[in-house]
Amino acid sequence: MSELRDLYQEVILDHGKSPRNFGKLESKTADAHGHNPLCGDTITIYLELDKDVIKDISFEGRGCAISLASASLMTGLLKGKNMDDAQVLFAHFHKLVSDSNKTMSVNIPTDDLQKLDVLAGVRDYPMRVKCATLAWHTFNAALQNNTEEVTTE
Amino acid sequence: MANEISDQVNLRFNNWKSDFPLLSSNATSKKLIYLDSAASAQKPQIVIDSMKSFYESEYANIHRGVYELSEKATIAYEGARKSVSEFIGASKVEEIVFTKGATESINLVASSWGAQNLTSDDEILITTMEHHANIVPWHLLHKRTGVKIKAVNIDENGELDIDHFHQLLTKKTKLVSITQTSNALGVNTPLSEIIDTAHSLNALVLVDGCQGIVHKRVDLQQLDADFYVFSGHKLYGPSGIGVLYGKYDILESMQPYQGGGDMIVTVTTNDSTYAKPPYRFEAGTPPIASAVGLAQAIKYISNIGMEFIALHEHSLMKYASKSLQDANIVKLFSQIDDKAAIISFNFDDVHPHDVGTILDNEGIAVRAGHHCAQPTMSHFGVSGTVRASFGLYNDFNDIDALISGLHKVKEIFK
Ligand SMILES: Cc1ncc(COP(=O)(O)O)c(C=O)c1O
Repeated sequence: MSELRDLYQEVILDHGKSPRNFGKLESKTADAHGHNPLCGDTITIYLELDKDVIKDISFEGRGCAISLASASLMTGLLKGKNMDDAQVLFAHFHKLVSDSNKTMSVNIPTDDLQKLDVLAGVRDYPMRVKCATLAWHTFNAALQNNTEEVTTE
Repeated sequence: MANEISDQVNLRFNNWKSDFPLLSSNATSKKLIYLDSAASAQKPQIVIDSMKSFYESEYANIHRGVYELSEKATIAYEGARKSVSEFIGASKVEEIVFTKGATESINLVASSWGAQNLTSDDEILITTMEHHANIVPWHLLHKRTGVKIKAVNIDENGELDIDHFHQLLTKKTKLVSITQTSNALGVNTPLSEIIDTAHSLNALVLVDGCQGIVHKRVDLQQLDADFYVFSGHKLYGPSGIGVLYGKYDILESMQPYQGGGDMIVTVTTNDSTYAKPPYRFEAGTPPIASAVGLAQAIKYISNIGMEFIALHEHSLMKYASKSLQDANIVKLFSQIDDKAAIISFNFDDVHPHDVGTILDNEGIAVRAGHHCAQPTMSHFGVSGTVRASFGLYNDFNDIDALISGLHKVKEIFK
């Protein structure tokens, strides 16, 4: 039960229930679609880029608490970041949820680290890692202007 | 009242669970409550033992060696064919083709019979409640031959819209390919009416029996399907083996599906002639030990009696429906009295995957997702459901555990 509470922390339940930055972004300059064929869940990420800065970001879609919370937290973190910072965060997050070795992260503000850390519980549930990473992969595709749908498989 | 039935059933059926090693107390880190038999059933010890002893003392390739061991293996493999044939009431044993599963059985019919007989003027009827295994092979055939695929609707309860079936069935219809029981909802289809009507217009009928054969007795003499397919692993047998039943004259008219050893009469470097069914469709070394295991599984359930299993599972389904209704925290799909022991449900505001993870933490294995039946999910406007499906080893305690697990979900997602 304690493990389960690590996964379903209040923050996750809260973001899952009322995701931030949810909805279409009228000012978008790029977007991408993601899809998890295993569960049929979908996500669209909208980006407004100003040169290499993420001026605004939002998402739409349907999914489980983990995937919605991950997208909600991610969009909150990425707003205002430049592309390089975003890549560093993505790399850190990927390790956080899939790699059991405690990761060393340089150049990430403690505040951001703490926000991402709430999703660390996912790594004990291998079947759910994809729920947490779909938003990030889809964001990455939007960043690279990749029009092909992102899938977890 | 529920308790009374519960006691009776528990007393009567308790011993079945102990036939299954994986469900016994020490097999998993926590006590396992297995409610995913529609995906695959657990195996009784006797099935596991039969395969072990086959490998230990009878194993060799079949139909090839002149030595005693190969002969023994051949007898075991062909004996399994006979068991299947008797179990489903085929007219002759040659009507049973072993495949690697129901999926391959359907692909075999599509690639062979379908490609041979269907053109862009023809139509195949499927339904909205099919498993992807009875949808995608027909899409592939459409790409090869232009044959049109039409789907019969289901209603708000998930039951087949029989009027729509009659409307779609025309002289153009050459095949009706339909499930006996929906794997996502447990709903049965009115097969006799469908088969009779289809035959009156000279259309053939393929029945996907994956979820039907595990819950009730199947007699093909009575059912009169032209093709009937199922998988061994859902019937308490091993994975890697399935069955295609086909009426003999139809099988005889069909070209091979794959080429290789064991399916020929003669081969020169330029040409080959093919063996008669069923061998024509069994190219290469088949899953020999799995056939032995499947035969043992059939023997196991036949000894219990399909009628008893059906009765037991029906009471599980009723008890689960009632308990879920009483708990009043989930929405049930397809509340029908006469259906298989498969129940799909959803919370209003909790995603099936989150439900699945929390139940898993309680040692309860359910299926969460689209169940390879996305058209069915779309029909209900959901991306997935939570599905509890029951086998002969389940009891009322398992259902009580499910209910308390669901209360835990509610508690976490309050
Ligand atoms: C109704 C139905 N048809 C076909 C299949 C495919 O069976 P298999 O994967 O064993 O080939 C399944 C199994 O999930 C099923 O439930």
